[in-house]
Amino acid sequence: MYSYSEFDQAFVRARVTQFSDQVARRIDGSLTEEEFRPLRLMNGLYLQLHAYMLRVAIPYGTVSPDQMRQLAMIAETYDKGYGHFTTRQNMQFNWPKLPDVPAILGALADVEMHAIQTSGNCVRNVTADHFAGAAADEIEDPRPYAELLRQWSTDHPEFQFLPRKFKIAITGSANDRAVTRAHDIGLRMVKRDDETGFEVLVGGGLGRTPMIGHVVRDFLPVADLLPYVEAVLSVYNTLGRRDNKYKARIKITVHETGKEKISQMIEDRFAELRPQFGGADQALLTEIRTAFAPPAFRKGPTGGYEVFYKADPVFRSWADTNLSQHRDPHHAIVTISIKAHGQTPGDATADQMRIIADLAEKYGYSDLRISHEQNVILPHVHKSDLPAVHATLTQAGLGTANVGLISDIIACPGMDYCALATARSIPIATQIATRFDDLKLEHDIGPLKIKISGCINACGHHHVGHIGILGLDRAGVESYQITLGGDGTEDAAIGDKTGPGFAYDEIVPAIERIVGAYLTLRTGPEEEFLHAYRRLGIDPFKLALYEASGARDAA
Amino acid sequence: MSRPFPPKVVTANRLLEGDVVYLTATDQWTPHHNLAELIEDEAEAQMRLVFAIAQKLTIVGAYLADARRGVSGPEPVHFREAFRTRGPSNYDHGKQADYAREDV
Repeated sequence: MYSYSEFDQAFVRARVTQFSDQVARRIDGSLTEEEFRPLRLMNGLYLQLHAYMLRVAIPYGTVSPDQMRQLAMIAETYDKGYGHFTTRQNMQFNWPKLPDVPAILGALADVEMHAIQTSGNCVRNVTADHFAGAAADEIEDPRPYAELLRQWSTDHPEFQFLPRKFKIAITGSANDRAVTRAHDIGLRMVKRDDETGFEVLVGGGLGRTPMIGHVVRDFLPVADLLPYVEAVLSVYNTLGRRDNKYKARIKITVHETGKEKISQMIEDRFAELRPQFGGADQALLTEIRTAFAPPAFRKGPTGGYEVFYKADPVFRSWADTNLSQHRDPHHAIVTISIKAHGQTPGDATADQMRIIADLAEKYGYSDLRISHEQNVILPHVHKSDLPAVHATLTQAGLGTANVGLISDIIACPGMDYCALATARSIPIATQIATRFDDLKLEHDIGPLKIKISGCINACGHHHVGHIGILGLDRAGVESYQITLGGDGTEDAAIGDKTGPGFAYDEIVPAIERIVGAYLTLRTGPEEEFLHAYRRLGIDPFKLALYEASGARDAA
Repeated sequence: MSRPFPPKVVTANRLLEGDVVYLTATDQWTPHHNLAELIEDEAEAQMRLVFAIAQKLTIVGAYLADARRGVSGPEPVHFREAFRTRGPSNYDHGKQADYAREDV
């Protein structure tokens, strides 16, 4: 993986020193909160409902075992023994104390990590396909480009005060696992003849005005990536609305300007910028690429795996849901579920983090990923090692076989932690997972993505959930609105609202009724929920939800 | 003509720890909602808020939250404020753990 250059190291250290001084000055009163707030946000430090929260970037979701152990150390020393993986490939610590934050940032810098640009109106952590460099369906590992974008956007003087935050996602596969269509800029690698390039989408986003990104360039040669992205940012920085926070994201700029016009403006700006890059970016990219060279994949028989698969039903169940096809036939991609039934989605204890780090070192070429779906990935595991990996995971409470199923729920922290939330998300997620586990239905239901947000800002991606749940405050009571048919993949779609919301204690039975309708109406187990929804439309689900409201459950 | 002023408490987070606190009638900061000063006059509420905001070495993010008179002191009205008196619902963390013994 990429190692910091002397420049990176010096930059991150300098920032720690700066912020340490800023914290000291806030504590001694030299800085007011108004002065301090933008400074702490630039360093990922929020004030939440019950405590401060520190958001640490995990660039493009790639983390080393040593980094994971350091996150575990921080969780134990400065927090309550756990960390939370977010939907943007970050880790959040929910209980840091202000005087400890400089030491935490120092500990992060020791392992080449930071919290810079995890907040504020700047280019945020660049996210990528969590199977990057391992997926069988990949054109090329997108992470060198993500790292190039990270370096370019970090402290970029022109883009520190954008109209609003700016999120870039990148994938190297036709199967979009990075939700690129719901990002300010989505980059999807494509091939034209023998040349590799990007399809560039601009103006996607969720939040209060969900929109699917528009293709502004169907083929951008990879060498033009930085000048083109800079052109997009430059046009947005000029046109983006600063008068209204709710209309400040680039999706509104694209909507108000028109796709044709803004595409032309981007092209014009690109024509100006491109000659200024002069090849330095390409030299840097070449250097970065070497850091992402794939490991020397071990050959050798995978026989043990096949025998185990046949013999052990628990292992088989896990293998069926949690493994994905690796580009090397002797290997598999392992998704470690951080969604044990009844546990908080995305929360890992310090012990679990260390066990995962050890597994990566022992069996996974020291490579780890964090997915936006709040799971952890061992991207390269030789198939003969899978039984041993599974056994260790199971002992650590990490062996849940539910990836892609109804209990593999994305949930934002919601009103259990977040100051912006309008309702709780976590207990809804844990109750749904527990309920369907009790019913022993989830493997029968098959692939179904539930995504829950505790407010309209949609950190839980509810708009692109097959079933989306949005928690709102309706006249001082938590109320949950359901959307159906959302999709975060290459066929991205915003879910349709079903109608009136449900109270806190009504939402789990409501989800049961939807699932019950699906099980009744599907053509067979091979017709997944989303496909059935697309065939049937919303009406039968609405009928099940509202006509029978409170009358019966899916069971 | 105007509607009666909904009673308030002044609440904030401690600067160093981030803990939720409430302003008492004796100008102290308490972690217990029921020990907060219940302010029933609008002008007084604004004055108390200004006083709170000035305590910048102690607290951060002061604001007025709706509250009502309860058996053992002011109680929160909105569920958000009720959560702030306890902590998160997924773990026994925050005040519900820190002050469990005292509350018994």
